[in-house]
Amino acid sequence: MSNPSALLEEIAETALAPGRILGGGAARNEDLPAWFREQQSAAWTEFQTLPMPALKDQAWRFSNVQALDLAPYTLPVSLSDRAERDLLERSTELSEIAGRLVFADDHFLERDVLSEKLRAAGVIFQPLERAMIEHEDLFRRHFMTQPATLGSAKFAALHQALVRSGTFLYVPRGIEVELPLETFHWLHSENVAIFPHTLLVAEEFSKVTLVEHFRSADRSRAGFSCGVNDLVVGPGAKVNYVCTQDWSDRALGIQINATTVARDASAFNLYLNLGGKFSRLESLSRLIGEGGRSDMLAVSVGDGAQEFDARTLQDHACAHTYSDLLFKNALYDRARTTFGGLIRVEPHAHFTDAYQKVRNLLLSDDAEANSMPGLEILADNVKCSHGATSGQLDEEQMFYLLARGISAAVARELLVGGFLTEVLERLPAPALIVRLEELIADKFARRSR
Amino acid sequence: MVQENKSLEIERNIGDFAYPETHTHDAGIGLTEKTIHYISDVKQDPDWVREFRLKAYRTFLSKPMPTHWASRDLEAIVFDNIRYYLSGGIQPKRTWEEVPDDVKRTFERLGIPEQERKFLAGVEAQFDSEAVYSNIKKAVGEQGVIFVGSADGLKEHPEIFRKWFGKVIPTGDNKFSALNSAVFSGGSFIYVPPGVKVKHPLQAYFRINAENFGQFERTLIICDEGSELTYMEGCTAPKFNTATLHSAVVELVAMKGAKIQYITVQNWSNNVFNLVTKRGLAHEEAEVKWIDCNIGSRLTMKYPGVVMKGRKARGEVISIALAGDGQHQDTGAKMVHAADETTSNIISKSISIGTGRATYRGLVHVPKHLKNCKNNTECDALLINSHSRTDTYPAITVRGTGNAVQHEASVSQVSAEQIFYMQQRGLSKAQAMSLSVNGFVNDLVRQFPMEYSVELKRLIELEMEGSVG
Repeated sequence: MSNPSALLEEIAETALAPGRILGGGAARNEDLPAWFREQQSAAWTEFQTLPMPALKDQAWRFSNVQALDLAPYTLPVSLSDRAERDLLERSTELSEIAGRLVFADDHFLERDVLSEKLRAAGVIFQPLERAMIEHEDLFRRHFMTQPATLGSAKFAALHQALVRSGTFLYVPRGIEVELPLETFHWLHSENVAIFPHTLLVAEEFSKVTLVEHFRSADRSRAGFSCGVNDLVVGPGAKVNYVCTQDWSDRALGIQINATTVARDASAFNLYLNLGGKFSRLESLSRLIGEGGRSDMLAVSVGDGAQEFDARTLQDHACAHTYSDLLFKNALYDRARTTFGGLIRVEPHAHFTDAYQKVRNLLLSDDAEANSMPGLEILADNVKCSHGATSGQLDEEQMFYLLARGISAAVARELLVGGFLTEVLERLPAPALIVRLEELIADKFARRSR
Repeated sequence: MVQENKSLEIERNIGDFAYPETHTHDAGIGLTEKTIHYISDVKQDPDWVREFRLKAYRTFLSKPMPTHWASRDLEAIVFDNIRYYLSGGIQPKRTWEEVPDDVKRTFERLGIPEQERKFLAGVEAQFDSEAVYSNIKKAVGEQGVIFVGSADGLKEHPEIFRKWFGKVIPTGDNKFSALNSAVFSGGSFIYVPPGVKVKHPLQAYFRINAENFGQFERTLIICDEGSELTYMEGCTAPKFNTATLHSAVVELVAMKGAKIQYITVQNWSNNVFNLVTKRGLAHEEAEVKWIDCNIGSRLTMKYPGVVMKGRKARGEVISIALAGDGQHQDTGAKMVHAADETTSNIISKSISIGTGRATYRGLVHVPKHLKNCKNNTECDALLINSHSRTDTYPAITVRGTGNAVQHEASVSQVSAEQIFYMQQRGLSKAQAMSLSVNGFVNDLVRQFPMEYSVELKRLIELEMEGSVG
């Protein structure tokens, strides 16, 4: 880890001498195992080969692809002790947790230990770089096994090439972790690029809730986060995954999620998007066993010139599976959203139930909502529906609140809050709902300042 | 050559479309600038039309195929193997005995008159409808309505048609609209003067002749202020065609307060690629309504659109698609709101049978600072067999407050309970299925003129028969 060099310079160097940049990459990750670094070098080559997304690509239709300029960003260097202490202090969101991991600029800072009981039961909750050494077989079996098919293959390759830390969570058969586990990823230095990774493996009949927080240390600093999270939900297991994204409004974020749901298992994903200049979420749910269920939820509140870009795929690869997607967006100022979703029912995946709904609330004349809800049905006996609406606040409801002496600003906030809460309330964890509502309220407060 | 064209001219004037049944004009196979010149020569195009064609040809060459989302099946089109212009006995000669039995049976079931059958099967080059056509033309002509072929329209009334020709759908809109602009022949040009309400629907049917069922027809309809028109093209009987590419361009212009209703029933035979661009321009308080029914063809890609340019304009698309074995019906609608208080409505119902695939592809666009625009989209798909496939790909853009847009789609099966109930009452399974499917599309079918809706129902019954076993 020498001087921070712009990614682009590094790319140029690589082009000249493939071994060297990977030497550079390897120098960065010299403590990682050789097999892992080999994979990274292959991923780097792939990153270089794949073309940058263009507006003409169906997967990037309506997206502001110019926002993807990576030139300004640099790889992280180590943090000062003071910065570390400061960020650790700020890394509290939930009052009751079973464990916590904190990362800043891709450096692992601290771990709040799991209870002795959970550790004895075989639950693993540790940084990626340790897991790949201590649990190599397990790690290799699941690491980056789902290809990124929703448009960001290039960024998935970049992630794999440059990832150096992240979360590994393993819950053995039959173990139920009652309290949520929590992680923090901080963007700290100006223009830093980070590659947060989360690998969650829940074995048969286990149960776990993971809450991830994406934050900027300073709301005025730019940065780039290119994250991948893979959730592997074993037969009969139940996984709740919540991600609260509140980057600075100058940050660029790309998050690639893949969830695999086995027989009789249930996966529950919720993304709360508040920050970022341009943030893209690609979320894939693959239902591979009968009785599998996947809930995909997202709430986005955009203002200023923020842009949220969501691409989802509910992939029903097996009969008798269920998926339900609900995305809600509230858009102020010049905020812009794109939703591109697809329900795909593969041949023989009969008796599928799949639902998809996106609702946009436009609160300004300059706000823009693009919706592309899609269906591809190749099986019979399915129940599928999708809906997309775009509208504004109900004038009658506004009138009612105003007539009761509530100011217009508060009334609007109440109605927008109510609109979004419908999504949060689906979350089977009441304490979490309260916290998420607080985060939304913080965003409202920031707006009104 | 010139002489023959003169004789054609005369025949046109008296409304007689009896072309001599020889391939007097054949542009040959493949497409080069020479082909364009040949077509222009034969049709005695004015110079600006020739220029228009040549420019379109160059656009066609430069445009890529719509590859990033379109069906792979498009790759099967070999542009060099296509005959772009053929007139004078354009229909291949064939005897009634050579017409496949299933086509004959379909005619029988649909109750199509003997004379029409022969035409539709390609046995005869023309259908003897001149009398009907002359009467209609006379009736509407008295009201000042111009109802002519595309080439005549450009030649005889350039002051009316040139203004809008290629304006609603620019040449470069897509590869196939460029192709049509380069080689178009046939189709109708209609102008309805202000305030005239044409009582009877005008039909391409009346003008049936060799050219009218050509591959690259071009239609332009202009309804002046406050006028009304219903236009119908196609028919429910399968059109037995040996050409593999059909690429039409249809432009509608509804001036202030005008209403245009355009009805299509498409039933090409199962080897035809049907790639059609259709768009209407609705000025203030005008209304453009597409009623579109796709039953035939191998692959249809057709998304009728309405650009609502004036305040309170209204656009509507009613679409029925039936995708049988081996067919892909890729249909939908485009609604572009470009003024305040514009409203649009899309209702699409599709049925996939056997290995058939029905796709809905839609676009709704509400740009900035518009007030009180409304769009409603409903797509319902019915899957009949386990190999059937259906897709829905809408794209909706809304900017600003004060507009309401909603999209809903559902996919379902024929209810087993319904079938059971009907079988209990003595209906065969096939009868029960066709009754159920007819019920699914009934509310849309009723929007078609009576004789069409009756034929459509029979056709659905027919399609359903083989699908349950």
